[in-house]
Amino acid sequence: MKQHKDVIVAYAIMLGLIILVGVLQSWSIALSILCFCLISAVMTMGANIQWGYAGLINFGIMGYTALGGLAAVLVSVPPVKEAWQVGGLSMILCVFVIVAIVFSIRFILKKFKKTKKRNYGIAAVIITGLILLRLISGPAIESIEAVSPATTGFLGGMGLPILFSWIVGAFFAGALAYVIGKIALGLRADYLAIATLLISEIVIAVIKHEDWLARGVKNVIGLKRPVPYEIDLQTKEWFINLVEKFHRGTLNLITDTLEKQQLLKQLVIESSTVFVKLCFAGLFIAVVTILLIITQKALYSPWGRMMRAIRDNEEAANAMGKNVVKQHLLIFVLGSAIVGIAGAMMVTYDGLFTPGSYRPMRYTFLIWVMVIVGGSGNNFGAILGGFAVWFLWIEAAPIALFLINFFTSGLEETNTFRVHLVNSIPYFRYLMMGIGLLLIMRYRSRGILPEKIKHI
Amino acid sequence: MDFINAIVLLLNYIFVPALSYGSQLALGAIFVSLIYGILRFAYFSAGDLMSFGTMFTILFTWYFQSIGISLGVLPTALLAIPFAVIISILFTLGMDKVVFSYYRIKKSPPVMLAMVSIGVMFVTQAIVRIIIGPFDRRFFDGERFILKANEFKEMTGLNEGLSIKSTQALTLFVTIVVVSILFWFLNKTKTGKSMRAYSDNEDLALLSGIDPKKVVMITWVIAAVLATIGGALYGLDKSFKPFTYFNNMLPIFAAAIVGGIGNPFGAFLGGYVIAFSEILLTYAYRKFFVYILPESMEPNSLIQLLSTDYKFAVSFSILVIVLLFRPSGIFKGKVI
Repeated sequence: MKQHKDVIVAYAIMLGLIILVGVLQSWSIALSILCFCLISAVMTMGANIQWGYAGLINFGIMGYTALGGLAAVLVSVPPVKEAWQVGGLSMILCVFVIVAIVFSIRFILKKFKKTKKRNYGIAAVIITGLILLRLISGPAIESIEAVSPATTGFLGGMGLPILFSWIVGAFFAGALAYVIGKIALGLRADYLAIATLLISEIVIAVIKHEDWLARGVKNVIGLKRPVPYEIDLQTKEWFINLVEKFHRGTLNLITDTLEKQQLLKQLVIESSTVFVKLCFAGLFIAVVTILLIITQKALYSPWGRMMRAIRDNEEAANAMGKNVVKQHLLIFVLGSAIVGIAGAMMVTYDGLFTPGSYRPMRYTFLIWVMVIVGGSGNNFGAILGGFAVWFLWIEAAPIALFLINFFTSGLEETNTFRVHLVNSIPYFRYLMMGIGLLLIMRYRSRGILPEKIKHI
Repeated sequence: MDFINAIVLLLNYIFVPALSYGSQLALGAIFVSLIYGILRFAYFSAGDLMSFGTMFTILFTWYFQSIGISLGVLPTALLAIPFAVIISILFTLGMDKVVFSYYRIKKSPPVMLAMVSIGVMFVTQAIVRIIIGPFDRRFFDGERFILKANEFKEMTGLNEGLSIKSTQALTLFVTIVVVSILFWFLNKTKTGKSMRAYSDNEDLALLSGIDPKKVVMITWVIAAVLATIGGALYGLDKSFKPFTYFNNMLPIFAAAIVGGIGNPFGAFLGGYVIAFSEILLTYAYRKFFVYILPESMEPNSLIQLLSTDYKFAVSFSILVIVLLFRPSGIFKGKVI
C-alpha cells in the first residue's frame, strides 16, 4: 500500500479538482472535462506504450486519431444507396487496382535482383497504376459527390451501431501503423519523429480532400449515439421519477403545484444532459479500465521485460536473440491501435466528424506533453498526465483571467494593455503548457509518477 | 510564337513563384540544418522562431509608419528587419541560457532536446499570439510590382503576361546576399571553420581548443538572423499568420532533410527542390499544352497531376522517399 501512496494521492487530487469544477461551475462542464480526460488518457496510453515501453517516438498521433474518427463515420452512417449505384462499382474496382499494384510490386521485389532495371519497373507499375486509378475513380467520384451534395455526397457507411467503430478504428490505425512502421521504423529517433509527423499530415490531407469518403471539410454531423438522447430522456416516465426522487428535498420546499411542475421540468432538462454525459463517462471508464489491466499485465510480463531490455539496450537485446525489428513493429502497431480507439471514442462523444479540426498542436504535441508530464513508462502516470494536462488545457482560460485581473488590478478597466491581455486569454493555455512541460522536464524529468521497475 | 507563349506561361506561374517560395524555405532550412549539425537536435520551434521575428518586424514597421518614416518604393519592413533581428537574437540566446544549455551540459540524448524544443515551441507560439494575435496581417507597403503582366504583353506583343512582384525580386536578392555572406563566413573565417569542425567531430574540435560556448552562441545568432529575414520575406510576399508559420515548419524540415541534414548548402538547395516539386506537381498544365500541341490534340481536362489541396503532401512524399532510399539526403549530410 505504501508504495502506491503517491499514485493514490495524485489521483485523489485530480478527482477533487474535477469535483471542484462541478461545484463551482457546473456538473455538465465537470463531466465533459472528465470524458475528455478519459479520451486523452486512452491516447496517452497508446503513446506511452510506444515511447515508455519501447522508446519509439511517434509524432503521428493526430493521424491515428483522425483514422479512428473516420472509422466512426464509416461504421455508423447508413449507406447512401444512390451514391453506391452511381459510383460504388468503380470504387470497388479501384480497391482491386490498389491491391494489384501492391502485389505486383511485392512480386517484382521478390523475383528480381536489385538493379536499376528493377527500380524502373517498380516506377512504371506505380505510374501506370496511378493513371489507371485516376481514370477509373475520376468520373465515379464526380458522380458520387453530385448525389445531393448538401446532405450526403459520399458513399456513407455500414449503418452499424457506433460502438463497433471503436474496434474498427483500432484496426484502421493499426493497419496504417503497420505500413508506416515497415517504412520508417529503421530511422533514427528524431528522423522517425519528423517522418511520422509528416505522414500524419498526409493522412489529414487525404481525409480533408477526398469528399467521397467522409465528406471532407463539409463534415459529417448527427452520428448515432450509444447512449440515449436528451430529448427522449426528458419524456421518459422513469427518468422524471428518478429526478423527482433525487431532488425531493428542494421540491418539497415549494408548495405551489404550478411552480413545482416548472422547477421539475427545468431539473429534468438539466439532469438529462448530466445523465447522458454520465453514460458516456461510464463507457469510457470501462475502456480505460480494460486497457489499463491489459497494459499493466503486459508491462510486468516477460514480454514487457523484453521491451524494456530492447528500449534500454538494443544491441544487447539483439545479442540475446530478441528480434528487435519485429518487436518494434508490433509495439508501434499496438500503440497506434489504442490511439485509434481514442479517436473513435472522441467522434462518438462529439457526434460529429470535422476533419478540419485536426491540428498537430492539439492532437500530437499536447498528447506528448501529457505523456511526459505524467511519467513515461508508467501507465498510471500516463493516465494522470492525460487528466492533469487536459484539465489545465480547459481551465487555463479561467485561471489566466483570474491572474490577469489580479496583476492588473491597479489599472483601469478600459486600459488598453489590460483589455489586450483579456482578449488574448485563449492563448495563455499554450504558455502554461509550454512552461509546464519545460519545468517538468527540468526538475522532474521522469514525470509526476515516474516509472517503477520491480527488481526480482 | 506559341512556343514562347508557353515558356512565358511556365515562367510566370511556376518558375518565379517557386523561386521566391524556395528562397524563403531555404533560409529556414539552413538554420534548422545548422542547429541540427552543431547543437545536434531537431529544433521543432523553427516555424515559430520565424513568426517571432516577423512579428517584431511588423511591430517596428508600424512604429516607423506612425512616425512617418518610409523607404519610398521599397517596403518599410526592410528598415525594421535589423531591429527585429536584434530582438530575435536576444530571444534565442535567452532561451538557450534558460532552457537548452542545461541539457547540453548534462549531455542529454538528442530526443530529450527535441522534446524541450517542443516546450519552447508552445511558449513561443503563446508569446506571438498574445502580443499580436492569431490573425492574418499584411504589412507590405511601397511599389507592388516590378513588372506588370499588361506592361509585359505590350512590350513583347505576346499573349501571355509575365509579372514579377517586387517582393519576389526582393526575396531573391536578399537571399542571395544573406546566403553568400553566410557561406563566406562558414568557409573562409576562422570562427566559421571552427563551427564546421565542431559539427563534424565535437571531441576533436574541443581538443584543438575551439570554444564550444562561442560556437553555440554564433549558431543561435545565425539562426535568429536567418529566421527573422526568412520569416519577414515570407510575410511580405504572402501574409503573416502565426498558424501558417507553424505549418511552414514541415516543408522546412523536409527541405533540410532532403538536402542532407547538418549540411547548410544541401539545405539551401533542398528548399528549392521542395518548392519546385510542390508547384510543378500541383500546376494545371492545360494552357501549356494548348499552346504547344496542334489544335486537334488539345486536351480537355486540366492535366493536373495532383490537386492543389495536396501541396503539403508532395513535399512530405519526397521527404519519405528520400528518407527511405538515401537517409543522408541528396547532398550527403550526416549519415544517420
